[in-house]
Amino acid sequence: MRIVIIGNSATAVGAVEAIRQHDQAAEIVMISEEPLLIYSRPLLSHYLAGEIDAARLGYRPADFYTKHNIRPILSTRVTAIHPEEHTVETDSGAQYPYDRLLICTGGVPIVPPVPGADMEGVFTFTRYDDATRIEAHIARNPVHHAVVVGGGMIGIKATDALMKRGLRVVMVELAPRILSMSLDKTASDLLANLLEREGVRVLTENTVVEISGEPGADGDVPHVTSVHLRDGRGLQCELLVFGIGVRPNADLAREAGLTVNRGIVVDAFMRTSAPDVYAAGDVAEAYDLVVDMNRTVAIWPNAYRQGAIAGAHMVGVERPDRGGVAMNTVEVCGVPAMAIGDSAATGDEYEYLVELDERNNRYKRLVLKDGRLVGAILVGNVNRAGIYTGLIRAKVNVGAYRNSLLSDRFGLLSLPDHYRKHVVTGHGIEV
Amino acid sequence: MKRIVVHEEHCLGCRLCEVYCLVQHSSSRDIIKAYRQEREQVMPRVLVEESGPISFALQCRQCSEPSCVEACPSGAMHRDERTGAILCDEERCVGCWMCIMVCPAGAVRQNLAGTRIASKCDLCYGSEIPACVAHCPNEALTYEEVDLQEGGA
Repeated sequence: MRIVIIGNSATAVGAVEAIRQHDQAAEIVMISEEPLLIYSRPLLSHYLAGEIDAARLGYRPADFYTKHNIRPILSTRVTAIHPEEHTVETDSGAQYPYDRLLICTGGVPIVPPVPGADMEGVFTFTRYDDATRIEAHIARNPVHHAVVVGGGMIGIKATDALMKRGLRVVMVELAPRILSMSLDKTASDLLANLLEREGVRVLTENTVVEISGEPGADGDVPHVTSVHLRDGRGLQCELLVFGIGVRPNADLAREAGLTVNRGIVVDAFMRTSAPDVYAAGDVAEAYDLVVDMNRTVAIWPNAYRQGAIAGAHMVGVERPDRGGVAMNTVEVCGVPAMAIGDSAATGDEYEYLVELDERNNRYKRLVLKDGRLVGAILVGNVNRAGIYTGLIRAKVNVGAYRNSLLSDRFGLLSLPDHYRKHVVTGHGIEV
Repeated sequence: MKRIVVHEEHCLGCRLCEVYCLVQHSSSRDIIKAYRQEREQVMPRVLVEESGPISFALQCRQCSEPSCVEACPSGAMHRDERTGAILCDEERCVGCWMCIMVCPAGAVRQNLAGTRIASKCDLCYGSEIPACVAHCPNEALTYEEVDLQEGGA
């Protein structure tokens, strides 16, 4: 059997590790646009900040491909999928037949149609070559001021890295507050204040409408020198990063006639609408157990897990997906923050438990619905956060225990006996 | 594989497991030096929870499908090929706390001393019996061959 994987990140690794757990014989071909072996994109901001070297970006040891008997085909773009013929076609003109195909093409960064976005000094920030191009731009030019467009995860990570490289950063966010998708106003303000205290200017309800530049020393591509904002303000900058977010990279699937909404629609085994074709990770629209519907959630844990589910199913092992939980963690000026599940929910159908200790940059917000925990925000003290995630996943009724949920002594002992024993022993209730 | 089994009905809440875990993971491995000189750098990887008459000691459950390994973006969290234990490679950890966010037992914690990395039970890697088990006076912790169901814990 021949398995073709389009992609080379968390999902692909999850798939390969699951395949090889059950099957040593299947041939695995991995096709990737990038010239690199597997590396960790979430670590790029640490790399750009100078905290880790390029070697630390390697997500798996260098012998990963040989050990798992994978044929990597790098620097190669898949140009078409032919579900009827069971083949994929690449830009080198080669055709690869498959018995099972996994599409894990991830997302593509969103770049708004702003005049001047093609200038030198304007970047996105999702791939290794983005990080190295930003580095090279800083090394070759007098760069002191940066504008980061987007106050979400990518924007904050880019800001943090540029700040650590000594740049003056202005963050521009369209929404009324940063991380508006996952944090409530209190948590958002707390993090924005931390950023401002470190010298970052945070401008909300604003955006870049035009990028201006001057011819650079090295040729005729103009270098960015300033931006104009929607409110009429101008900002000097020699570097601009679009960190707005990503959209599912689903064009190939769409052209091949697969069912695609925002992402590629998949079932509990990550099967798409085409026979023997699977999709997983950021490109897939898989089940989210908190909102009880399929949707795209571009996060690492989901990507790996979905890859493993697809990989197992390809070799005949059924591990149906029980669904993902949207979650993320970010550190702002040394203060960790987490958003889990329906963390920013508002409305009368929810109950909220909150505790704010502004002086110590600590905040907790728990969101309950019908007696069950559906979301959590933690700023400052994040130890034992996973217990909340476990409760969300298991849909445990915590109504009777709500008073202990915010306590500093909160732990498994605060919870129903049967749930505690299940977590401790690994047996008992099925979650 | 061998796992640490928690018997809450036998736990006295004496916290000797925490003491000996800390000593085991200190550089001196000496109880006096560990507490007098290294207390800032080293922390126990087992945690005693106590509420009224009930107490128990909890460390990494060594899940069969570990969420922390799935969620770790640096590759630090991994299953040791030789022993099957879930370990955190401290050289690779960047302290993103993803593991803390997903561990249902709350058994991974921040070690904020020095390099800010994730800290968890390593089953006293290389030892025959983990220190917490060896020093538990009432057999509230035992070390046994246990196979978890798929998806367990």
